[in-house]
Amino acid sequence: MTMAVGIDRNSLAAAVAADIPAGSFVNLGIGLPTKVSNYLAPGSGVTLHTENGMLGMGPEAHGDEVDPDLINAGKIPVTELPGASYFHHADSFAMMRGGHLDICVMGAYQVSVKGDLANWHTGRPDDIPAVGGAMDLAIGAKQTFVMMDLTSRDGTVKLVPECTYPLTGLACVSRVYTDLAVFLIEPDGVVVRDVFGVDFRQLTELVDVPLFDATTR
Amino acid sequence: MVSIVETATEAVADTADAATVLVSGFGSAGQPVELIEALLDCGATDLTVVSNNAGNGDSGLAALIRQGRVRKMVCSFPRQSDSWHFDAKYRAGEIELELVPQGNLAERIRAAGAGIGAFFTPTGFGTPLADGKETREIDGVGYVLEYPIHGDVALVSAHRSDELGNLVYRKTARNFGPIMAAAATTTVVQVHEIVPVGSIDPEHVITPSLYVDRVVRIASDRVEAAS
Repeated sequence: MTMAVGIDRNSLAAAVAADIPAGSFVNLGIGLPTKVSNYLAPGSGVTLHTENGMLGMGPEAHGDEVDPDLINAGKIPVTELPGASYFHHADSFAMMRGGHLDICVMGAYQVSVKGDLANWHTGRPDDIPAVGGAMDLAIGAKQTFVMMDLTSRDGTVKLVPECTYPLTGLACVSRVYTDLAVFLIEPDGVVVRDVFGVDFRQLTELVDVPLFDATTR
Repeated sequence: MVSIVETATEAVADTADAATVLVSGFGSAGQPVELIEALLDCGATDLTVVSNNAGNGDSGLAALIRQGRVRKMVCSFPRQSDSWHFDAKYRAGEIELELVPQGNLAERIRAAGAGIGAFFTPTGFGTPLADGKETREIDGVGYVLEYPIHGDVALVSAHRSDELGNLVYRKTARNFGPIMAAAATTTVVQVHEIVPVGSIDPEHVITPSLYVDRVVRIASDRVEAAS
Protein backbone atom coordinates (compact mmCIF):
# COMPACT_ATOMS: atom_id res chain seq x y z
CA MET A 1 0.00 0.00 0.00
CA THR A 2 1.28 3.44 -0.87
CA MET A 3 1.40 5.84 2.00
CA ALA A 4 -0.79 8.88 1.66
CA VAL A 5 2.05 11.09 2.89
CA GLY A 6 5.21 12.09 1.06
CA ILE A 7 5.75 13.44 -2.43
CA ASP A 8 4.64 12.01 -5.75
CA ARG A 9 6.98 10.70 -8.44
CA ASN A 10 7.04 13.87 -10.49
CA SER A 11 7.98 15.93 -7.44
CA LEU A 12 10.66 13.38 -6.62
CA ALA A 13 12.05 13.63 -10.17
CA ALA A 14 12.10 17.42 -9.78
CA ALA A 15 13.98 17.06 -6.49
CA VAL A 16 16.66 14.92 -8.16
CA ALA A 17 16.91 17.30 -11.11
CA ALA A 18 17.42 20.25 -8.77
CA ASP A 19 20.51 18.51 -7.32
CA ILE A 20 22.21 17.91 -10.69
CA PRO A 21 24.81 20.66 -11.19
CA ALA A 22 24.91 22.59 -14.46
CA GLY A 23 27.30 21.07 -16.96
CA SER A 24 27.08 17.52 -15.60
CA PHE A 25 27.26 14.36 -17.72
CA VAL A 26 24.43 12.15 -16.49
CA ASN A 27 22.98 8.71 -17.15
CA LEU A 28 19.31 8.21 -16.24
CA GLY A 29 18.19 4.61 -15.73
CA ILE A 30 15.13 3.00 -17.29
CA GLY A 31 11.77 3.72 -15.66
CA LEU A 32 11.31 6.28 -12.89
CA PRO A 33 14.75 7.94 -13.33
CA THR A 34 13.83 8.83 -16.93
CA LYS A 35 11.35 11.36 -15.50
CA VAL A 36 14.25 13.43 -14.17
CA SER A 37 14.94 14.70 -17.69
CA ASN A 38 11.55 16.45 -17.68
CA TYR A 39 12.77 18.72 -14.89
CA LEU A 40 16.26 19.61 -16.11
CA ALA A 41 16.16 23.32 -16.86
CA PRO A 42 16.80 24.30 -20.49
CA GLY A 43 20.23 25.86 -20.60
CA SER A 44 21.44 23.86 -17.59
CA GLY A 45 24.07 22.33 -19.85
CA VAL A 46 23.37 18.83 -18.50
CA THR A 47 24.35 16.25 -21.12
CA LEU A 48 22.55 12.90 -21.07
CA HIS A 49 24.46 9.68 -21.79
CA THR A 50 22.73 6.54 -22.99
CA GLU A 51 24.57 3.24 -22.57
CA ASN A 52 23.88 2.17 -26.16
CA GLY A 53 26.37 4.69 -27.45
CA MET A 54 25.31 8.34 -27.34
CA LEU A 55 25.97 11.59 -25.54
CA GLY A 56 23.58 14.48 -26.06
CA MET A 57 20.39 12.45 -26.06
CA GLY A 58 17.25 14.52 -26.56
CA PRO A 59 13.61 13.89 -25.58
CA GLU A 60 11.54 10.91 -26.71
CA ALA A 61 10.80 10.96 -30.46
CA HIS A 62 7.23 11.22 -31.75
CA GLY A 63 5.66 10.90 -35.20
CA ASP A 64 8.05 11.69 -38.03
CA GLU A 65 10.97 12.00 -35.62
CA VAL A 66 10.95 8.26 -34.89
CA ASP A 67 14.07 6.59 -36.29
CA PRO A 68 14.66 2.90 -35.54
CA ASP A 69 18.43 3.55 -35.48
CA LEU A 70 18.08 6.10 -32.67
CA ILE A 71 16.87 4.62 -29.39
CA ASN A 72 17.68 4.87 -25.69
CA ALA A 73 18.66 2.17 -23.19
CA GLY A 74 14.99 1.29 -22.74
CA LYS A 75 14.78 0.85 -26.56
CA ILE A 76 12.43 3.82 -26.83
CA PRO A 77 12.95 6.06 -29.91
CA VAL A 78 14.64 9.31 -28.89
CA THR A 79 16.05 12.43 -30.56
CA GLU A 80 19.53 13.90 -30.79
CA LEU A 81 20.47 17.37 -29.57
CA PRO A 82 22.98 19.69 -31.25
CA GLY A 83 26.44 18.65 -30.07
CA ALA A 84 25.50 14.98 -29.73
CA SER A 85 28.03 12.20 -30.40
CA TYR A 86 27.86 8.47 -31.09
CA PHE A 87 30.33 5.75 -30.07
CA HIS A 88 30.50 1.98 -29.80
CA HIS A 89 29.63 -0.08 -26.74
CA ALA A 90 33.15 -0.59 -25.42
CA ASP A 91 33.69 3.18 -25.42
CA SER A 92 30.28 3.78 -23.87
CA PHE A 93 31.09 1.52 -20.92
CA ALA A 94 34.68 2.77 -20.65
CA MET A 95 33.07 6.18 -20.00
CA MET A 96 31.28 4.65 -17.03
CA ARG A 97 34.07 2.55 -15.53
CA GLY A 98 36.63 5.24 -16.23
CA GLY A 99 34.75 7.66 -13.97
CA HIS A 100 33.85 10.12 -16.69
CA LEU A 101 30.12 10.30 -15.90
CA ASP A 102 29.27 12.66 -13.06
CA ILE A 103 26.00 11.13 -11.95
CA CYS A 104 23.84 8.12 -12.67
CA VAL A 105 20.29 7.77 -11.37
CA MET A 106 18.82 4.29 -10.92
CA GLY A 107 15.91 2.52 -9.31
CA ALA A 108 16.43 -0.08 -6.58
CA TYR A 109 14.94 -3.03 -4.75
CA GLN A 110 17.16 -2.30 -1.74
CA VAL A 111 19.96 0.00 -0.62
CA SER A 112 22.03 -0.80 2.47
CA VAL A 113 23.42 1.49 5.13
CA LYS A 114 26.84 1.09 3.49
CA GLY A 115 25.51 2.08 0.06
CA ASP A 116 25.35 -1.45 -1.33
CA LEU A 117 22.82 -1.60 -4.17
CA ALA A 118 20.44 -4.39 -5.22
CA ASN A 119 18.43 -3.59 -8.33
CA TRP A 120 18.90 -6.25 -11.03
CA HIS A 121 17.35 -9.50 -9.87
CA THR A 122 14.72 -10.54 -7.39
CA GLY A 123 16.52 -13.85 -6.91
CA ARG A 124 13.27 -15.78 -7.39
CA PRO A 125 14.01 -19.03 -9.20
CA ASP A 126 11.28 -18.47 -11.84
CA ASP A 127 12.60 -15.00 -12.74
CA ILE A 128 14.84 -14.74 -15.79
CA PRO A 129 17.78 -12.64 -14.64
CA ALA A 130 18.81 -9.61 -16.71
CA VAL A 131 21.51 -7.17 -15.63
CA GLY A 132 22.14 -4.90 -18.63
CA GLY A 133 24.38 -1.99 -17.72
CA ALA A 134 23.32 -1.70 -14.07
CA MET A 135 26.52 -3.11 -12.53
CA ASP A 136 28.79 -0.97 -14.72
CA LEU A 137 26.84 2.20 -14.00
CA ALA A 138 26.53 1.60 -10.27
CA ILE A 139 30.27 1.36 -9.68
CA GLY A 140 31.42 3.58 -12.53
CA ALA A 141 29.70 6.95 -12.19
CA LYS A 142 31.27 9.45 -9.78
CA GLN A 143 27.98 9.55 -7.89
CA THR A 144 25.16 7.01 -7.94
CA PHE A 145 21.75 8.33 -6.94
CA VAL A 146 18.86 5.97 -6.26
CA MET A 147 15.20 6.93 -6.72
CA MET A 148 12.66 4.65 -5.09
CA ASP A 149 9.66 4.47 -2.80
CA LEU A 150 10.96 4.03 0.74
CA THR A 151 8.66 1.05 1.23
CA SER A 152 7.62 -1.67 -1.18
CA ARG A 153 3.95 -2.41 -1.89
CA ASP A 154 3.79 -4.82 1.05
CA GLY A 155 5.19 -2.18 3.41
CA THR A 156 8.75 -3.54 3.61
CA VAL A 157 11.32 -0.77 4.01
CA LYS A 158 13.91 -0.77 1.20
CA LEU A 159 16.68 1.10 3.05
CA VAL A 160 18.16 -1.80 5.02
CA PRO A 161 21.08 -2.82 7.29
CA GLU A 162 22.16 -5.48 4.72
CA CYS A 163 20.70 -6.21 1.28
CA THR A 164 18.96 -9.57 1.00
CA TYR A 165 18.43 -9.33 -2.77
CA PRO A 166 21.34 -10.20 -5.12
CA LEU A 167 23.81 -7.30 -5.18
CA THR A 168 24.47 -4.98 -8.10
CA GLY A 169 27.47 -3.25 -6.53
CA LEU A 170 29.19 -2.68 -3.20
CA ALA A 171 29.26 0.71 -1.43
CA CYS A 172 28.33 2.57 -4.58
CA VAL A 173 25.20 4.58 -3.69
CA SER A 174 25.75 8.13 -2.45
CA ARG A 175 22.16 9.37 -2.17
CA VAL A 176 18.71 7.85 -1.94
CA TYR A 177 15.72 9.93 -3.04
CA THR A 178 12.44 8.55 -1.73
CA ASP A 179 8.84 9.66 -1.41
CA LEU A 180 9.38 10.33 2.30
CA ALA A 181 12.95 11.60 2.60
CA VAL A 182 16.30 12.22 0.93
CA PHE A 183 19.10 10.16 2.51
CA LEU A 184 22.83 10.81 2.13
CA ILE A 185 24.95 7.65 2.47
CA GLU A 186 28.09 8.84 4.23
CA PRO A 187 31.07 6.98 5.75
CA ASP A 188 29.79 7.56 9.29
CA GLY A 189 26.18 6.61 8.55
CA VAL A 190 22.97 7.63 6.86
CA VAL A 191 22.08 11.31 7.03
CA VAL A 192 18.52 12.53 6.48
CA ARG A 193 18.73 15.74 4.46
CA ASP A 194 15.05 16.34 3.62
CA VAL A 195 11.77 14.94 4.83
CA PHE A 196 8.47 14.99 2.94
CA GLY A 197 5.31 14.84 5.02
CA VAL A 198 6.94 13.03 7.93
CA ASP A 199 9.27 14.19 10.68
CA PHE A 200 12.68 12.81 11.56
CA ARG A 201 11.41 10.86 14.57
CA GLN A 202 8.77 9.08 12.47
CA LEU A 203 11.48 8.09 9.99
CA THR A 204 13.65 6.60 12.73
CA GLU A 205 10.69 4.46 13.79
CA LEU A 206 10.13 3.25 10.23
CA VAL A 207 13.70 2.59 9.11
CA ASP A 208 15.85 -0.09 10.74
CA VAL A 209 19.18 1.70 10.29
CA PRO A 210 20.71 4.47 12.45
CA LEU A 211 19.88 7.88 11.02
CA PHE A 212 21.44 11.29 11.59
CA ASP A 213 19.24 14.38 11.40
CA ALA A 214 20.40 17.10 9.03
CA THR A 215 16.97 18.39 8.11
CA THR A 216 16.70 22.11 7.99
CA ARG A 217 12.99 22.41 8.50
CA MET B 1 40.61 -9.05 -48.80
CA VAL B 2 36.90 -8.46 -48.66
CA SER B 3 34.37 -10.32 -50.81
CA ILE B 4 31.25 -8.52 -51.93
CA VAL B 5 28.65 -11.26 -52.04
CA GLU B 6 25.24 -11.18 -53.69
CA THR B 7 23.02 -12.76 -51.09
CA ALA B 8 22.84 -13.12 -47.33
CA THR B 9 22.57 -16.90 -47.79
CA GLU B 10 25.90 -16.99 -49.62
CA ALA B 11 27.46 -14.76 -46.95
CA VAL B 12 26.80 -17.18 -44.07
CA ALA B 13 26.62 -20.52 -45.92
CA ASP B 14 29.82 -21.97 -44.41
CA THR B 15 28.86 -21.37 -40.77
CA ALA B 16 29.62 -24.62 -38.94
CA ASP B 17 27.53 -26.39 -36.35
CA ALA B 18 28.60 -25.52 -32.79
CA ALA B 19 30.10 -22.23 -33.96
CA THR B 20 30.28 -19.18 -31.69
CA VAL B 21 28.44 -16.39 -33.47
CA LEU B 22 28.72 -12.73 -32.42
CA VAL B 23 25.56 -10.85 -33.36
CA SER B 24 25.53 -7.04 -33.32
CA GLY B 25 22.59 -4.95 -32.20
CA PHE B 26 20.94 -3.47 -29.15
CA GLY B 27 17.34 -4.58 -29.27
CA SER B 28 16.42 -4.19 -32.94
CA ALA B 29 18.83 -1.30 -33.63
CA GLY B 30 21.80 -2.63 -35.55
CA GLN B 31 20.59 -6.24 -35.50
CA PRO B 32 21.59 -7.97 -38.77
CA VAL B 33 18.17 -9.54 -39.24
CA GLU B 34 18.69 -10.77 -42.83
CA LEU B 35 22.03 -12.43 -42.00
CA ILE B 36 20.50 -14.20 -39.01
CA GLU B 37 17.59 -15.43 -41.10
CA ALA B 38 20.05 -16.67 -43.73
CA LEU B 39 21.82 -18.54 -40.95
CA LEU B 40 18.48 -20.12 -40.14
CA ASP B 41 18.14 -21.27 -43.75
CA CYS B 42 21.70 -22.63 -43.92
CA GLY B 43 20.90 -25.08 -41.14
CA ALA B 44 23.74 -24.43 -38.69
CA THR B 45 22.79 -25.58 -35.22
CA ASP B 46 24.10 -26.08 -31.68
CA LEU B 47 25.30 -22.47 -31.84
CA THR B 48 26.61 -20.25 -29.07
CA VAL B 49 25.28 -16.77 -29.75
CA VAL B 50 26.84 -13.68 -28.18
CA SER B 51 24.54 -10.66 -28.36
CA ASN B 52 23.31 -8.02 -25.95
CA ASN B 53 19.73 -9.27 -25.98
CA ALA B 54 18.10 -12.61 -26.64
CA GLY B 55 15.85 -11.72 -29.53
CA ASN B 56 12.93 -9.37 -30.09
CA GLY B 57 9.56 -10.36 -31.44
CA ASP B 58 9.53 -13.22 -33.95
CA SER B 59 12.25 -12.33 -36.45
CA GLY B 60 16.06 -12.38 -36.54
CA LEU B 61 17.68 -13.78 -33.42
CA ALA B 62 14.26 -14.60 -31.94
CA ALA B 63 13.55 -16.89 -34.92
CA LEU B 64 16.91 -18.63 -34.55
CA ILE B 65 16.13 -19.30 -30.89
CA ARG B 66 12.59 -20.46 -31.64
CA GLN B 67 13.97 -23.00 -34.14
CA GLY B 68 16.19 -24.51 -31.45
CA ARG B 69 19.45 -23.61 -33.21
CA VAL B 70 20.96 -21.86 -30.20
CA ARG B 71 22.48 -24.04 -27.49
CA LYS B 72 23.76 -21.14 -25.42
CA MET B 73 23.15 -17.39 -25.22
CA VAL B 74 25.83 -15.07 -23.85
CA CYS B 75 24.14 -11.75 -23.17
CA SER B 76 23.49 -8.97 -20.67
CA PHE B 77 19.75 -8.48 -20.97
CA PRO B 78 17.76 -11.47 -22.21
CA ARG B 79 14.45 -10.57 -20.59
CA GLN B 80 12.45 -7.96 -22.48
CA SER B 81 8.79 -7.38 -23.15
CA ASP B 82 9.11 -9.11 -26.54
CA SER B 83 11.66 -11.89 -25.78
CA TRP B 84 8.98 -14.61 -25.58
CA HIS B 85 10.87 -17.19 -27.65
CA PHE B 86 13.94 -17.00 -25.41
CA ASP B 87 11.76 -16.96 -22.27
CA ALA B 88 9.99 -20.16 -23.34
CA LYS B 89 13.22 -22.01 -24.20
CA TYR B 90 14.86 -20.87 -20.96
CA ARG B 91 11.94 -21.94 -18.78
CA ALA B 92 11.87 -25.30 -20.59
CA GLY B 93 15.57 -25.78 -19.84
CA GLU B 94 16.35 -25.91 -23.58
CA ILE B 95 18.83 -23.04 -23.73
CA GLU B 96 21.83 -22.21 -21.59
CA LEU B 97 22.36 -18.62 -20.42
CA GLU B 98 25.62 -16.93 -19.51
CA LEU B 99 24.62 -13.58 -18.09
CA VAL B 100 27.34 -10.93 -18.38
CA PRO B 101 27.18 -7.30 -17.24
CA GLN B 102 26.89 -5.22 -20.40
CA GLY B 103 30.20 -3.39 -20.04
CA ASN B 104 32.06 -6.62 -19.31
CA LEU B 105 30.42 -8.17 -22.37
CA ALA B 106 31.59 -5.27 -24.54
CA GLU B 107 35.09 -5.25 -23.06
CA ARG B 108 35.48 -9.04 -23.38
CA ILE B 109 34.61 -8.73 -27.07
CA ARG B 110 36.93 -5.74 -27.47
CA ALA B 111 39.72 -7.66 -25.70
CA ALA B 112 39.36 -10.55 -28.15
CA GLY B 113 39.82 -8.21 -31.10
CA ALA B 114 42.70 -6.40 -29.42
CA GLY B 115 44.72 -9.49 -28.45
CA ILE B 116 44.29 -9.03 -24.69
CA GLY B 117 44.62 -12.28 -22.72
CA ALA B 118 42.35 -11.25 -19.85
CA PHE B 119 41.63 -8.13 -17.82
CA PHE B 120 40.59 -7.05 -14.33
CA THR B 121 37.32 -5.09 -14.20
CA PRO B 122 35.60 -3.56 -11.16
CA THR B 123 32.16 -4.30 -12.62
CA GLY B 124 30.44 -7.17 -10.85
CA PHE B 125 32.87 -7.39 -7.94
CA GLY B 126 31.08 -8.66 -4.84
CA THR B 127 28.00 -9.73 -6.81
CA PRO B 128 26.67 -13.17 -7.80
CA LEU B 129 27.92 -12.62 -11.37
CA ALA B 130 31.51 -12.81 -10.07
CA ASP B 131 30.94 -16.11 -8.25
CA GLY B 132 33.78 -18.54 -8.93
CA LYS B 133 35.90 -15.94 -10.72
CA GLU B 134 39.38 -14.85 -9.75
CA THR B 135 39.46 -11.47 -7.99
CA ARG B 136 42.20 -9.08 -6.97
CA GLU B 137 42.46 -5.90 -4.93
CA ILE B 138 44.35 -3.16 -6.78
CA ASP B 139 44.92 0.16 -5.00
CA GLY B 140 42.11 -0.63 -2.58
CA VAL B 141 39.53 -1.49 -5.26
CA GLY B 142 38.14 -4.97 -5.90
CA TYR B 143 38.40 -6.32 -9.45
CA VAL B 144 37.20 -9.46 -11.26
CA LEU B 145 39.27 -11.31 -13.86
CA GLU B 146 37.40 -11.60 -17.16
CA TYR B 147 38.46 -13.39 -20.34
CA PRO B 148 37.98 -12.40 -24.00
CA ILE B 149 35.08 -13.64 -26.11
CA HIS B 150 36.21 -14.70 -29.60
CA GLY B 151 33.75 -15.49 -32.34
CA ASP B 152 34.09 -17.95 -35.17
CA VAL B 153 31.74 -15.67 -37.06
CA ALA B 154 30.54 -12.11 -36.46
CA LEU B 155 27.28 -10.99 -38.06
CA VAL B 156 27.23 -7.21 -38.12
CA SER B 157 24.82 -4.63 -39.47
CA ALA B 158 26.38 -1.36 -40.68
CA HIS B 159 24.95 1.49 -42.69
CA ARG B 160 27.39 1.81 -45.58
CA SER B 161 30.47 0.03 -46.90
CA ASP B 162 32.85 0.95 -49.65
CA GLU B 163 34.06 -1.77 -52.05
CA LEU B 164 37.00 -2.49 -49.74
CA GLY B 165 34.83 -3.07 -46.67
CA ASN B 166 35.42 0.22 -44.83
CA LEU B 167 32.30 0.73 -42.74
CA VAL B 168 30.22 3.55 -41.37
CA TYR B 169 27.27 3.09 -39.05
CA ARG B 170 24.23 5.14 -38.26
CA LYS B 171 23.35 6.67 -34.84
CA THR B 172 22.83 4.18 -31.99
CA ALA B 173 22.74 1.26 -34.44
CA ARG B 174 26.56 1.29 -34.18
CA ASN B 175 26.55 -0.29 -30.67
CA PHE B 176 28.43 -3.64 -30.79
CA GLY B 177 29.27 -3.59 -34.52
CA PRO B 178 32.84 -2.22 -34.45
CA ILE B 179 34.05 -4.43 -31.58
CA MET B 180 32.40 -7.59 -32.91
CA ALA B 181 33.85 -6.99 -36.39
CA ALA B 182 37.30 -7.15 -34.81
CA ALA B 183 36.69 -10.17 -32.59
CA ALA B 184 35.75 -12.96 -35.03
CA THR B 185 37.64 -15.23 -37.42
CA THR B 186 35.16 -14.37 -40.18
CA THR B 187 33.28 -11.08 -40.15
CA VAL B 188 30.17 -10.84 -42.30
CA VAL B 189 28.52 -7.45 -42.67
CA GLN B 190 25.16 -6.43 -44.08
CA VAL B 191 24.83 -2.84 -45.24
CA HIS B 192 22.19 -0.66 -46.84
CA GLU B 193 24.53 0.52 -49.56
CA ILE B 194 27.93 -0.23 -51.08
CA VAL B 195 29.78 2.77 -52.50
CA PRO B 196 32.92 3.10 -54.66
CA VAL B 197 36.34 3.26 -53.04
CA GLY B 198 37.09 6.86 -52.12
CA SER B 199 33.45 7.78 -51.48
CA ILE B 200 33.85 7.59 -47.71
CA ASP B 201 36.03 10.26 -46.14
CA PRO B 202 38.86 8.33 -44.43
CA GLU B 203 38.30 10.49 -41.33
CA HIS B 204 34.79 9.05 -41.10
CA VAL B 205 35.57 5.35 -41.38
CA ILE B 206 34.52 3.65 -38.13
CA THR B 207 35.49 0.04 -38.94
CA PRO B 208 38.57 -0.16 -41.20
CA SER B 209 38.38 -2.73 -43.96
CA LEU B 210 40.95 -5.14 -42.53
CA TYR B 211 38.37 -6.38 -40.01
CA VAL B 212 35.81 -7.22 -42.70
CA ASP B 213 35.67 -10.44 -44.75
CA ARG B 214 32.30 -10.33 -46.53
CA VAL B 215 29.81 -7.61 -47.31
CA VAL B 216 26.30 -8.05 -48.61
CA ARG B 217 23.93 -5.27 -49.54
CA ILE B 218 20.42 -5.61 -48.15
CA ALA B 219 18.01 -3.08 -49.59
CA SER B 220 16.00 -1.30 -46.94
CA ASP B 221 13.43 1.32 -47.86
CA ARG B 222 13.11 2.27 -44.24
CA VAL B 223 16.66 3.29 -43.52
CA GLU B 224 17.49 4.61 -46.97
CA ALA B 225 14.57 6.97 -46.62
CA ALA B 226 15.91 8.13 -43.27
CA SER B 227 19.51 8.69 -44.30
